[in-house]
This record gives sequence, structure tokens and C-alpha cells, in this order.
Amino acid sequence: MAATELDLFSNEDKRNLQLGGHVGFDSLPDQLVSKSVAQGFCFNILCVGETGIGKSTLINTLFNTTFENEEASHYENEVQLRPQTFELQESNVSLKLTIVHTVGFGDQINKEECYKPIIEYIDAQFANYLEEELKIKRSLFSYHDTRIHICLYFIAPTGHSLKSLDLVTMKKLDSKVNIIPVIAKADTVSRSELDKLKIKIMSELVSNGVQIYNFPTEDEAVAEINASMNTYLPFAVIGSMEDVKVGNKMVKARLYPWGSVQVENENHCDFVKLREMLLRVNMEDLREQTHARHYELYRRCKLEEMGFKDADPNSKSFSLQETYETKRKEFLLELQRKEEEMRQMFVNKVKETEAELKEKEKELHDKFEQLKRMHQEEKRNLEEKRRELEEEMNAFNRRKVAAETLMGQGLQGGSQPFKKDKDKKN
Amino acid sequence: MSGRYRSRAPRADPEEKDYVGFASLPNQLHRKSVKKGFDFTLMVAGESGLGKSTLVNSLFLTDLHKDRKLLNAEERISQTVEIIKHTVDIEEKGVKLKLTIVDTPGFGDAVNNTESWRPVTDYINQQFEQYFRDESGLNRKNIQDNRVHCCLYFIPPFGHGLRPVDIEFMKILQEKVNVVPLIAKADCLTPTEIKKFKERLREEIDKCGIKIYQFPDCDSDEDEEFKQQDKELKESTPFAVIGSNTVVEARGQRVRGRLYPWGIVEVENPAHCDFVKLRTMLIRTHMHDLKDITNDCHYENYRAQCIQTMASKMNSDNRVESPIPILPLSTPDGETEKLIKKKDEELRRMQQMLQKMQQQMHEQDL
Repeated sequence: MAATELDLFSNEDKRNLQLGGHVGFDSLPDQLVSKSVAQGFCFNILCVGETGIGKSTLINTLFNTTFENEEASHYENEVQLRPQTFELQESNVSLKLTIVHTVGFGDQINKEECYKPIIEYIDAQFANYLEEELKIKRSLFSYHDTRIHICLYFIAPTGHSLKSLDLVTMKKLDSKVNIIPVIAKADTVSRSELDKLKIKIMSELVSNGVQIYNFPTEDEAVAEINASMNTYLPFAVIGSMEDVKVGNKMVKARLYPWGSVQVENENHCDFVKLREMLLRVNMEDLREQTHARHYELYRRCKLEEMGFKDADPNSKSFSLQETYETKRKEFLLELQRKEEEMRQMFVNKVKETEAELKEKEKELHDKFEQLKRMHQEEKRNLEEKRRELEEEMNAFNRRKVAAETLMGQGLQGGSQPFKKDKDKKN
Repeated sequence: MSGRYRSRAPRADPEEKDYVGFASLPNQLHRKSVKKGFDFTLMVAGESGLGKSTLVNSLFLTDLHKDRKLLNAEERISQTVEIIKHTVDIEEKGVKLKLTIVDTPGFGDAVNNTESWRPVTDYINQQFEQYFRDESGLNRKNIQDNRVHCCLYFIPPFGHGLRPVDIEFMKILQEKVNVVPLIAKADCLTPTEIKKFKERLREEIDKCGIKIYQFPDCDSDEDEEFKQQDKELKESTPFAVIGSNTVVEARGQRVRGRLYPWGIVEVENPAHCDFVKLRTMLIRTHMHDLKDITNDCHYENYRAQCIQTMASKMNSDNRVESPIPILPLSTPDGETEKLIKKKDEELRRMQQMLQKMQQQMHEQDL
């Protein structure tokens, strides 16, 4: 920011004046500080890493408090982001801390969509801020800034290199947020392995063009320490909220059968370095970078999308109103078009269904005719059979009668009463 | 625990009159098996960087993976799973073992891991099929047993329990091979955390119905010490293991271990991890049981399935010649059945008509 201002003034003559006495504007930084302290600070951390890798524990250890957080399960279908806001106070400085955890990151079998919810969340925070900035009546000084200032990316200590998911995610995030990669659960990596792992990770990040956050080395006061810390990236951290007795002190540590890993011991892990860099030295720089670099990039892209251009010396500058009007007209036209389309589609669909129904009707009709025909044929067949049967019966009866008359004639000479019986029978 | 095998035959005096002599059968078996030699195939599966190769090296005290090429993260984004076999012949006290280690590099490494278990199951099925053909062939003298006897599945200790990819893999493989889940890189968990993690794992394995390899119960006539050991073994599954390729100096001895600024982790110290239990179980006591279960359960299942699919194929397509001698199954043919049914129908109809005619005649008579 300061560099561009100087450019504007370079045309005018700058005169350095000597002061005759103590004026007092050297208290300006103090005024700034007291105003900021009165206002309170706000800081937002995003923790990205697999479930169970130690994100909550590390945050607890960093801020030396136990934040309420329930254990996440491995079976989430999608990545979700859970922001939690806390108010902390140290001496007379109040800090509004927001911690965003990624739940379910890296648990799915297909991890191609893992990074999307994260990007959406970050963009949403930027969008909220932009909206506030573009308002007519805005109150930026009391706006709760939820833009993510730092992303702590937790790398699993597999001992060989980055995982493919880590590489893909960091590449997507590096243009949106400051990333500090940390090696989690570092008590599983021995010293020699750790050095090799750090070198491997950094080389992979560099060769794939991933831009992680570098501690600033312009300010002389902190340049030296920042430069040396840059060589320790990625930090190998361990978190613990349990106190263990070592020597004659109680320190935060993890107790194993073979020794105890002390969190604040620089030989054991880089936790102290992380805390130093993150909270004690560069917090303000992180906020600045987020606003000056990442947010500005987002804003520029968004406004260009909306159709704004910067004032060009050759063409006249656009007025906001004109752009709005044109956009509005375009939008209405678009709506009309869509309506027409939908109406067209509806009419087509109705026609189609009508045609289908007609066809079905025809089919049914045909079937009915066919069945009727079959029925009639069957009836005819049966009738024929019946007739045949009747004829047979008649023939049979005639023969029977003939046979009986013969018998009767034969017996006529015999007895009369039989004839009477036979008459009765017939 | 040396020499689990103990001859239970009473040492009878060969001079006794009633001594027949078949009590020496176990000794004969011992001799013959030593002469024949043994073979064992072990598969290791799990994501990269969990210490699989280191553990195998520690288990068998050799260096199996001399020049490995480890891929970069970029190359692994869309990697497919490969199957790599290493075979070594090792000998100890006259007993020869042909050990095959099947490695599955690339499992779980890609960004999209759907069906990443397929190459593994294909390989196992291939080995079963090979054995099936050999067993059904004419010349069965030298059958090579390449079937996978045991699969060590490495679960990362960085999470809270089983992950979806772990559950899917173990479910698919439970019917094909003995699955032994292990907690990898156990030096990342304190003893209380290990206990909690193991309980979690056991719960989740039960809940999902995954059938992992169960130790057989020891016989009731074993001595108390052995039973106690067996019980301890069963209660500490899944084993939490650590492996190491380096030898360090600890408490005055040179042991395999990992050197940290805060202490030395000894691989073979039972208070530090369950490596010794795993080695005992895998090599010293249950190696043969693993082979038996592979032979009696998993292989038989495969064989029965194979035969059924072949038989049904044969019945529907008479041209297929059976490549293996199997008994012809007497399943009723579909066509003849239909014919029989039709004829039945006709008969019934004719009977009905006859009845009707008889009735009508009867009526006319009266």
C-alpha cells in the first residue's frame, strides 16, 4: 500500500523540513494502538486436516484454554466447516477469536470434492465483506470481520512425503488464504526422518508452485527472526493439554513408556516456534496480508465479473448507475427468455404425453377386438362340439330304441307285462 | 515361547510287551515336514508411509525392499494399485521356509479411491483359480501353493477409529483371506490412547460385521500358563505395532529401535508395543493355522462358487465342455418340464369334458 502512495506524490516536490523542537506527533503510533486496543482485535484461524490429526488439541495448546469441541466421526459424507467464536482476554487486550474446523476432510473414499466446501466458505466470508464495503450506509469500523486470516494445514506424518490430497488442496487454497503447513503428531517422526521429511515437503510444494505464507523480512525489527523461522517450515508440532511432572516442574507433555515428549521443549518439537510466529510476532501481518492481497484479489475478480473496469486514461470512466441500468436490462431480458423456454418446454411435454396416451388407447382397443374375436371363435367351436355330441347322443338313442324294439319283438311271444314295463321306461 | 509343538505321546519303553509303536507318528510327521519344507504367503495392505515395509523387515529380520522407488505426491494423485511380489527362501534350524510377501503399493493413495480394492481381490482370485486348476489336473505331484494365507491390514493411528476406506476393504476381503488388522506407527499413541483406540476398533469391527481372523481356542488340557498367554493375546487385538530398520543402543544392549530426543522406543519390548505378540502369533504359533483356514474355508468357498457357476453355465449351453472332472448334476431341464406341464393340462381338460358328457347323458337317461 505504501509503495503506491509514494508514486502518486513523486510528481510533486518533496521538501524535508527540520523541526525546531519537539512537536509531539511521535505519539501517533501510540494513539493508533490505544484506539485499536479499545476496539479489540479479531483473528480467524482455519484448521484443515484429516479427522483425528490433532487440530483441536493444537489450538487448545496454542491458546492455553480448552475450547469446547466434540469429537468428529469418520463417516461424514461431505466436508463441513464448523466455525466457533470465542472472546479471549490477555492483559488489557481483548481478542475475538474464530476457529473454523473442517469436519470430515479426507474421510471419504472419493476425495475429489473435499476442497470445495473450504473454498466456498472462504469466498463466502470475502463476499460478506465486499457486500458491506459496497453498501450505501456502511459501518466498517464495527463490522465483525470473519475473513480467514490464516489456514493451518495439518500434514499427516507418514514419513515419506505429502499425500496427493494435501497437494491438490493446498494448490487450490494458496491464492485465497495464507497457508502455514504444519506436520501434526510429530512425536512419531525421529529427528533424522524429520529433516528429510521437511526437505521433501518443501521441495514438493515449490515444484508444484504452491505459495505458502512466508514470514515477512522487510521490517528490520523482526527480519532476522522471521528469516530463520522460514527455514524451519513446515513446523513439526505436538499438542497436549495434560501436565506431566518432568524434573521438578509440571509441564505440558505426552507421557510414553519410553519417555515424555514436552510440548514447549524446542528439541522435541517446533511448537514454541509456531506460537511465536503465529501469535507473538506476525499476527498483525497476517491480517494485513489477508486484506491487502487475498481480499483485493477476490474483490478485483468479483467486480470484473460484474462488469466494472478501472478508470482508463483513454476512455471515459464508467458511472455506476449506467452499469447498473445495463445489467438490469440484461437481467430482465434473460428472465423473459427463460420464461419463454419453460413455456415451450411445457407445451412440448403436453403434446408428447397426449400422443403417448393416444397410442396406448389404440393398443388397448386392438387388444379388445382381438379378445372378442377369440371369444367368438371359441364359442363357435364349442357350439359345433355340442351339436356333434347331440347328434351322437341321438344316434345312440335311436340305436338303443331299435335294439329294444327288436328285443321286445323277440319277447312278444313271451309275456305281455314286460311290454308295459318297457313302455313305462320309454 | 519356544517349541509350541510338544509331543504328547507318553514316552513308552520300547522294550514293553504291549508297546505297538504308533506313538512315534508325530516324530515321523515332523521329520517328513522338515524335509518337504514350508511355504507361506503374506500380503500387506495399507496407505503409503504407515511402515509396512519396515515392519516386514523387522518381522523376518531381512531387508526385502532394497531399491524401492517412492512416488511423489503429484504422481500419486491418480495412481492405480499395483501388486508386487517378493519371494525369499529362509532357513532356521534345518527348517526351510519359502516366504512370499505381496505388497500393494498405491492402495489408498489416490485422491479417488473407489474400487481401489479390485486389483487385490483379482490377485487373490487368480491364485485360487491357479490352485483349483492344479488340484483338478492330471499330474498333481508338484503343486505350488501361491494362495495368500494372511493379509496384514495397517490402520493409521492418526484418526479416531476405522475410516470408510478401511471398512470397505476389510469387508470385501473377509471372505477371501485371513485379515489381521494392525495399528501402525503405534509410537504416536500413549498407553491410555492405545487402549481406547483398540476398544474403539473392536467395537467398530463388531458393529460392521467384519470377520477378521480369530485365534483358535486352545485345548482344555493345556497348562494354565499357556491358557493365560492365549487369553492375553486375544485381548490385545488388534496389535499396535512399531517397526524399525535401525539398531540402536538401549540399556547397554543393541536392539532394534527408534531413537528420539526424548527416549528410545524398543521394537521388541512388550511394554512399548505389541510387535513381539504379533511375531509370536504370526510365525511361531499360528502360521500353520492360517494356512489351514485358507485351505479349508476360503479356498473351499471359492471352489464351491466356481463349480456352481460352471454347472449352471453348462446346463444352459450344452456346447460347453467341462474343463474339470466334476459329477454331472441332475437338474431337471426347463424344456421338458414345460412339455410335461402342457400335457398335464390337456389331460385335465379332456377329463373334465368327459365328466360333463357323462353327466349330460345321465340326465337324458332319467
